[in-house]
Amino acid sequence: MDRLSEYKSGIKDGIPIFLGYLAVSFAFGIQASKAGLTAFQAGLMSAVNVTSAGQFAALTAIAAGASWLELAFTQLVINLRYMLMSCALSQKLDPKAPFMHRFLVAFGVTDEIFGVSVTKKGSLSPYFSYGLMSAAIPGWVLGTVLGVISGNFLPQMVINSLGIAIYGMFIAVIIPEAKKDKVVLGVVVSSMLLSCGFYYLPFIKNISEGFKIIIITIVISAAAAIMFPVKEDGKNED
Amino acid sequence: MRISIYFYIFVMAAVTYLIRLLPLTLIRKKIKNQFICSFLYYVPYATLAAMTFPAILYSTSSPYSAILGFACALFLAYKGKSLITVACAACVVVFISEILLKMFAII
Repeated sequence: MDRLSEYKSGIKDGIPIFLGYLAVSFAFGIQASKAGLTAFQAGLMSAVNVTSAGQFAALTAIAAGASWLELAFTQLVINLRYMLMSCALSQKLDPKAPFMHRFLVAFGVTDEIFGVSVTKKGSLSPYFSYGLMSAAIPGWVLGTVLGVISGNFLPQMVINSLGIAIYGMFIAVIIPEAKKDKVVLGVVVSSMLLSCGFYYLPFIKNISEGFKIIIITIVISAAAAIMFPVKEDGKNED
Repeated sequence: MRISIYFYIFVMAAVTYLIRLLPLTLIRKKIKNQFICSFLYYVPYATLAAMTFPAILYSTSSPYSAILGFACALFLAYKGKSLITVACAACVVVFISEILLKMFAII
C-alpha cells in the first residue's frame, strides 16, 4: 500500500478510537474544570500528553499542590506500560521506514493506538500510525475542551453509552486472533482472570492501575513465551 | 510560591514522551532471541485483555447494560467485524438497553 492509502486506512480504524476518546476525555474535562483548569490548559494537557490515567492522576497531584518531581514520578509509574508497548512496536515498525518516523510514532503510543497498530497484519507503516493519530488525538482534545466548557453539552445517556466504545474496540482487536490461535485465547482468558483478581481481591486491589497492567502483561506473556515459544519471524506474519 | 500549571503540563508531557520514545529509538534492530520475540508477540493480547475485563463492566451507568454491550462486542468480533462496527454496535446496544432498563425501572 502507498502512503496515502495507509494514512486513510489509519483514519478509518481511528474513528472508534475518536469516539471512545471523546467520551473518556469529556469526563476528564469535567474533572479538570473542578480542579480549576481553564479549557485552554486542560486542552493543552490532553494535546501534549494523550494519556488517560496519567492525566487523571495529574489533576489530583496538581490540586494537592504536589512538587513537580512527585508529578514526574507518578507519570513514570502510571505510564510505564507504554515502554512495553514501544518495545513491541519497535519490532513491528517497517524496518525500511526512515529513523525520523520513530520520533513521531512514539508520540502516539497510547493503549488504543498501540492495540490497533500492533495487531495489524504485516509490518507497520508509520503513515498508518499517523492516520490513527489524526483521528484519535483530536477526539481526545475536543472531548476535554467540551467537558470543561459544559459538563452538560451531551446528554448523560449518550456519554454513558460512549464509554464502552474503547473496550468494544479492544475486543475487536483481540478476538479474531484468539479465534485462530488457542495460545492467544489462553493468554486473553488468563489475563482477564488475573485482572479480576487484581480488581476484587483485598490488598492487591490497592495496587495502582498502571502497575496492575504491567504485572499482568509481564507474568502472562512470559509464561506463554516459555510454554509456547513462537517460531522464527512470529506468527503475526501470516 | 505556586508552581505554574504550564510547568506541570510540561513535566508530565516530557516524562510520558520519553517513556514512549526510548524503546522505539534504542531498539532499532530485529530482536533474534526467541523468548523475547515470543514475549513481545503475546504482550498486546495480555495488555488489552487485562485492560478490558473487568473494567468494561463499569464503563457504563449499569453493569447490566455493560454486559449486553460486552456480549454484543464479543459476538461481532467473533464474526470478524471491523473495529468501528464492533465499537459502535456496543455503544448502540448500551444506549438502547439503558433506555429499556430505565423504562422498566431496573436501574
